[in-house]
Amino acid sequence: MSLIDSLLNDFFWRALLGGVGVALVAGPLGCFVVWRRLAYFGDTLAHSALLGIALSFLISLPLNLAVILTCVCIALLLVLLSRTRTLATDTLLGILAHSALAIGLVTLSFMPEVRLDLTGLLFGDLLAMSRDDLLWIYGGAVLVLALLVRLWRGLLMSTIHEELARVEGVPVERLRLILMVMFSLVIAVAMKIVGVLLITALLIIPAATARRLARTPEHMVGLAMIFGCLAVAGGLALSWYLDTPAGPSVVVTAFATFLLTYAATVKATA
Amino acid sequence: MTEPLVTLDAVTVRFDGRTAVDRVTLSIRRGDILTIIGPNGAGKTTLIKALLGLQPPTAGTVTRQPGLVIGYVPQNLHMEATLPLSVRRFMALSGRPAEECAQALARTGIGHLADASIHHLSGGEKQRLLLARALARRPDLLVLDEPAQGVDINGQAALYHLIRELRDQLNCGVIMISHDLHLVMAATDKVICLNQHVCCSGYPADISHDPAFIETFGRSVAESVAVYHHHHNHRHNLHGDVIPTIPETSDSHGHRCSHEPH
Repeated sequence: MSLIDSLLNDFFWRALLGGVGVALVAGPLGCFVVWRRLAYFGDTLAHSALLGIALSFLISLPLNLAVILTCVCIALLLVLLSRTRTLATDTLLGILAHSALAIGLVTLSFMPEVRLDLTGLLFGDLLAMSRDDLLWIYGGAVLVLALLVRLWRGLLMSTIHEELARVEGVPVERLRLILMVMFSLVIAVAMKIVGVLLITALLIIPAATARRLARTPEHMVGLAMIFGCLAVAGGLALSWYLDTPAGPSVVVTAFATFLLTYAATVKATA
Repeated sequence: MTEPLVTLDAVTVRFDGRTAVDRVTLSIRRGDILTIIGPNGAGKTTLIKALLGLQPPTAGTVTRQPGLVIGYVPQNLHMEATLPLSVRRFMALSGRPAEECAQALARTGIGHLADASIHHLSGGEKQRLLLARALARRPDLLVLDEPAQGVDINGQAALYHLIRELRDQLNCGVIMISHDLHLVMAATDKVICLNQHVCCSGYPADISHDPAFIETFGRSVAESVAVYHHHHNHRHNLHGDVIPTIPETSDSHGHRCSHEPH
């Protein structure tokens, strides 16, 4: 017990544990982002997280809760608006993503008494991980992973062929909604690690790296988790030895792994 | 007579004021093979989707027998290349035991491809895979949207033959969309010629004589499957709309076309 306690007293270990926790959920969800082409959607939710932060100060809600609620609302709004089909989905996402970010920034500027580390929010503040943050991360991770395991077949089937899944009785719409809530949860906790602007990278890059090597969907998910953890560890090491910003270092490591894997598999198949 | 598996009653589907399906009434029973033919944009796929419950009708009702198991073969299996998936795994996702999945693959002639990635299948192999997947579910009703798409000409005849066999074996109903008029005429029990509304329907031998059929597919096609033709009470323009050349009568939408010998 004292070993764990002393580990948790060390900011470096807290950062590593928190990063690994997020990477473990970002792996499977990142795979869904890649499979369902939701990259821009993830970006939009991440950007709206800033609006959530502004709201949390405005109505004094806990930060994480406010971010989750805002992300869920934006996700629902997106689903509703995309049904009307008057605008292309990417246009709609572009409008919402940047408007949410801008409204968040403008709202924060009205609250001069709130001293906020904007850089930390935008690019992550991994080294400032608190014990409370860890609790949020691991609570969220357990919840999301349990849901994923339980709903796996339906989620996979509706990703492969939505109409076929619907004919076979899979509750496609409900699963889509649950997936969105899970994204919102992960974004709320991942914000701490890599920041609003880099969250999508943490979702997509490990999953895309895994795709080069995977033969089954589950294989891809497992590899994405491993690559995510490697990116967190590598980024922290980079930050430790070269004094680089931790969040961007994680993304840089993930990208380097992606390039290396790509080069290796191209060579192997050539 | 057995209860119909599915009944459509005056089903209409409109998109932005454009009518895709116009007051279509039909029913399918066990053992029926019903084929929907019609030109591009005739609303065939929309009709199928309404039947499957994927597209809510604007008007009219769709009644499916409670607990009905449907095997659906969609028009194409667009696969996101980012999702690694083998044929065996795709079959297993149907929730059926591995043995039955293997049998269904063998039945459609792609048993040797079980370990292949579904991204490396040809168009014809994909169609067979989708059919195998539908089979593994032991459907009461098979719904096929252009099942022979991408299948070579010998394969097509074999595929329609297989569908007939499956109907006999499973004692299921079959409804399919097809463009392969010659093969359909030989392999089906009943044909519905759709052009938003039901132009004409009946048994293959009769329908190729129907003027609405000739109107829709052109004389040369109709002549190759028919022996004689006759007039009817409405004409279509290039969009398939009915041109009211004669005063609108109560059944001017051709739910019943008049059959006068030429």
